[in-house]
Amino acid sequence: MRDDVVICRCEDVTYGDIVRAISGGLSTTEEIKRILRCGMGPCQGRTCSRLIARIIASETGATIDDVEFPVVRPPTMPVEIGVMADEHHED
Amino acid sequence: MRISEHPILDFDRGREIEFEFDGKRLVGFEGETIAAALHAAEVRVLRRSIKLDRPRGFFCAIGRCSSCLMTVDDVPNVMTCVTPLRAGMKVETQSGKGTIAPEGARLATGDAASEAIPSAVPLAIVGAGPAGLSAAIYAGRLGVESVVIDENDVPGGQLIKQTHMFFGSLDHYARVRGIDIGERLVQDLESCPARLLTGTTVLGLYDDGDAKALSLLKDGQHARLRARAVILATGASENVLAFENCDLPGVYGAGAVQTLMNVYGVAPGERVLMVGAGNIGLIVSYQLLQAGVRVEAVIDAMDEIGGYHVHAAKIRRMGVPILTSHTILRADGETRVESATIARVDERWAPVPGSERTLDVDTVCLAVGLTPNCELALMAGADGVYVAELGGHVARHDRDLETNVPGVFIAGDASGIEEASTAMLEGRLAGLAAAERLVPDADANALASLRQEAEDGLGELRAGPFGERPRFGKNRMFDLVNDTKDERRGS
Repeated sequence: MRDDVVICRCEDVTYGDIVRAISGGLSTTEEIKRILRCGMGPCQGRTCSRLIARIIASETGATIDDVEFPVVRPPTMPVEIGVMADEHHED
Repeated sequence: MRISEHPILDFDRGREIEFEFDGKRLVGFEGETIAAALHAAEVRVLRRSIKLDRPRGFFCAIGRCSSCLMTVDDVPNVMTCVTPLRAGMKVETQSGKGTIAPEGARLATGDAASEAIPSAVPLAIVGAGPAGLSAAIYAGRLGVESVVIDENDVPGGQLIKQTHMFFGSLDHYARVRGIDIGERLVQDLESCPARLLTGTTVLGLYDDGDAKALSLLKDGQHARLRARAVILATGASENVLAFENCDLPGVYGAGAVQTLMNVYGVAPGERVLMVGAGNIGLIVSYQLLQAGVRVEAVIDAMDEIGGYHVHAAKIRRMGVPILTSHTILRADGETRVESATIARVDERWAPVPGSERTLDVDTVCLAVGLTPNCELALMAGADGVYVAELGGHVARHDRDLETNVPGVFIAGDASGIEEASTAMLEGRLAGLAAAERLVPDADANALASLRQEAEDGLGELRAGPFGERPRFGKNRMFDLVNDTKDERRGS
């Protein structure tokens, strides 16, 4: 695959970025998420996690069952900060 | 391009309304989404990406992938594939992350007098698709009060775009079109002690003493709902495929194509390359032909057609070639798909040099599988296990569809990819299991016979050759659960 193929659309992370990160020593989706931000954009990894797990498996020789997926944290969807702030308004 | 004639569907379009797109006046219809109205007006680029400045359109059209974010009425990052179009809206192509909204800017929401959200309910069901509605109906039969929450304004989940008839022997739903099944389920729900909460997103699922708390977002307001049991029927997300320019506008998920043409009556393009010859790829190809769209080819990397042969035969008769052992190498075009290049693959899935062919298409439709939406279960503490036959990572659950977190159930595609008929039966089972938990004095005989009926139905649907994969996957999952239970007993 060409290096410039976009894997994470939210954060514009390419196949080349991920392969380089793996050859630099990263081996889990969680690590790749923290360094490259894929999975931290508005879709929260729904689009790219699966692709990244496959790339890790093929680059490291692991089976996909062994690739750990990133921890899921709330909120599931982007929320305006004002919505959360409103919670604490006293009327 | 709007579809004017359709053999099955009558598009009951709402009032014609004007809106503004990048300073130009455009016309759309009330009741459609911003993205659908723009697509009908030939607008494909909705935003520019944040670092590489690449053109982006929508991909999933059901509010999952976030590829469609635009600035609307000065509010950035509006998910236009699920946001209804309103008269006078100012819609702008968004560059990168957009600019923070000026103070006071708010996206207009629908009916101001929206229903109040209760603060507690015995059973909360997330997702008003085939699994969630069935769960509410069957729990309701045993007297359990429930709230069914769905982020869409219209209940029915993905049934609202399934124009094909369902196979199978599922009592009163066999030989019925998906769109009609959805309506029947909503009708059946009316006689149940269930409340439907549409336009509501569940942001999180937490422990709350001996119950669970759901964090909800409705009309820009946050609310909290406490429930003693929760059934997650959150469906699935469409898989993407990585190839050159896979993020170019015009590369759409099969579900997105169905949403566009079957819900909003908008043709996705004029000439389509379908990637994937499983049932979804074949059915959507046929639906494209029904809508008057040309399907140049259906390709699949596998060496045989994955879907029912009756579906394959139908589209072949209409002159569509189905090319097995073929893959897509790239899509090309400045700001939208103008062509796609495919190639034959060898037995190791590697493209065969010299076999490349460029097709003159304006749309690439990806029907390459779905991934279960089990985030809420994982958030609540369920174990994620990888079961390829169920579509990837799923939340560990038992035969009652209960996850390893007591009181949290998961059903339908969210628990493993199958189809709408099995989703309904799983929903019933989860509803019954939750009811058994919530109503200690429930009629045991009634419960047992309803449960048996659903289990038999599932067994029957999974008995055929196409049920082999999910059957195998589910059994692997149940074995995992038993192993852990044995471990616990042993320790």
